[in-house]
Amino acid sequence: MGTYKSGHKKERNFLKMGKYKFLEDVAIADSAFEAEGESLEELFEACAQATFEVMAETKTVEAKKKEEIEVKSEDLEGLLFNWLAELIYLKDLKATLFSKYEIKIEKPDGYKLQASVWGEPIDAEKHKVKIDVKAVTYHLLEVKKTDNKWTAKVILDT
Amino acid sequence: MQMEKIQEGVWEIPKTEKEGMRVPARIFASEKLMQIMDKGVFEQITNVACLPGIQKHALCMPDGHWGYGFPIGGVAAFSTEDGMISPGGIGFDINCGVRLIRTDLTLEEVKPKMELLMNTLFKLVPAGVGSKGFVKLNSNTFREIMIKGVDWCIENGYGWQEDRERIEESGHMQGANPSKASQKAISRGMDQLGTLGSGNHYLEIQVGLTDQIYDPEIAKVYGVSKPNQIFIMVHCGSRGFGHQIATDYLQIFLDAMRKYGIKILDKELACAPFNSSEGQDYFSAMVCAANSAFANRQVITHRIREGFAEVFKKDAKDMGMHIIYDVAHNIAKIEKHNIDGEEKKVIVHRKGATRSFPPNDPAVPEIYRKVGQPVIVGGSMETGSYLLAGTQKAREMTFGSTCHGSGRVMSRMEAKRKVRGTELRQRMTDRGMVVRAVSMSGLAEEAGLAYKNIDEVVNTVDALGISKKVLQLRPLGSIKG
Repeated sequence: MGTYKSGHKKERNFLKMGKYKFLEDVAIADSAFEAEGESLEELFEACAQATFEVMAETKTVEAKKKEEIEVKSEDLEGLLFNWLAELIYLKDLKATLFSKYEIKIEKPDGYKLQASVWGEPIDAEKHKVKIDVKAVTYHLLEVKKTDNKWTAKVILDT
Repeated sequence: MQMEKIQEGVWEIPKTEKEGMRVPARIFASEKLMQIMDKGVFEQITNVACLPGIQKHALCMPDGHWGYGFPIGGVAAFSTEDGMISPGGIGFDINCGVRLIRTDLTLEEVKPKMELLMNTLFKLVPAGVGSKGFVKLNSNTFREIMIKGVDWCIENGYGWQEDRERIEESGHMQGANPSKASQKAISRGMDQLGTLGSGNHYLEIQVGLTDQIYDPEIAKVYGVSKPNQIFIMVHCGSRGFGHQIATDYLQIFLDAMRKYGIKILDKELACAPFNSSEGQDYFSAMVCAANSAFANRQVITHRIREGFAEVFKKDAKDMGMHIIYDVAHNIAKIEKHNIDGEEKKVIVHRKGATRSFPPNDPAVPEIYRKVGQPVIVGGSMETGSYLLAGTQKAREMTFGSTCHGSGRVMSRMEAKRKVRGTELRQRMTDRGMVVRAVSMSGLAEEAGLAYKNIDEVVNTVDALGISKKVLQLRPLGSIKG
């Protein structure tokens, strides 16, 4: 699987921004990826997209149902961990896959992320489900700013 | 890297290898397995050796591979007085484990009905992303399961009285405290009882290889009674409930480490003193998840018995569908082990490693006490699995532990690149296997080529004497999430 580029057409809202790439030679039983974005919001969106792409073909997931998310952390790694952990939690709780995200990240006192996320109840056939993500791990987790873009590396327990 | 072969199959990395190592690390592997051991194992097992309170050695079993925090195959014992407990030494899938069920049926009887049998079981045991179980629970009944585990299932008609004695910890570990599991964990896992999950989890119909009964006497005690006998193996864990508990406590422990001034080399090794309030809270919550996993495999067993009864038009009892045993291979346990000549209470972490207790051990059920604890080693769906027996040598060398499977050698991405799910299913079908998979790409990721040679792994633990070969099993049918 190669790098996923941003989509342009309106109906392809599932890939509005950001991009990611799965990694082959890291923590072999798990699913590792690198993601990037021009802003932190784009980066966090790309990480969410990658997480759900591990579980299903996200292009088949329609943005039908909305959920609100708010997570906080003192640092960016913690914020990314909490964001993905919250999405994984909602995936089980609501039996829903997500495909569209509107994210706002602020730094009043530590970091705060607020997001509206859209998705659809899991339909194994329609969404061509793959493997479940059990959790996000802290192993090699990083969020970095290089030149004018943000990058992250994440390993998911699958 | 400094590493010394201290005996056939045992490699030691001295404390001088890495700053902060408190004990040497030991890797158990044949020459062949050592050559393919991935670099993550060396890095991670020496990180584990740095954790406060670790006893004797940080160990990695022959099926070891790169994980997060601990390597998969990692075993470490910590002092209960001044040692640590680490969720990363147990895994997110708390009490992921394997259960083996015997039958009186033979290959000849089952073969003609395999398609029907697999379709029936595929319906009865939900698998894959987003699946829900048939047992409807509320948070109160779920809390009961956290404490009672398999006993709750038996009381509610999902098991036989005899089942409990054929499960590690009798299917319920002591020390559960449901108030230490978050509301989030409860709501996430409540609907998932009786589901298989996905990834490397499976339900398999297997046949015992008549010419591969290595120890007929032990085999007989375990319930291996005839040529071409049919067995059922279930590999799964505590589902979303356990995953959420591990996620919650990883965060709590990162804060606790600051409080207790503990330094670690990988955030996934976040830990807290076992005796601290955080350490005790996590242990109580982990036990809740462990008991829910025993209950999960129990409810699945109930459905399997129902499925067989439906297909073979016979009561499950009349088909001799007894559980042989159920092992937890992602767990921490309070056990007594001999440390430098002294019997000491330790908290043993096994992450992708199986307990392997010897004959006459009080923790081994009475029915098996003379021959030792059954050890179930689940292999890849293409190569088969093993039934082993626990030994005294394991007590002496590995804190009573052995391997848990064959161990991955290839990432999921690489496996998918090398083989397509549909091709793999065809190959297995051509070999006479029946495969039912929710996901074709998920199936490809579990291809035999992604794993080490299980014969090599099992021969290594057998030669080391940390468990004893009893029976080899070959898959006939596989259900994957």
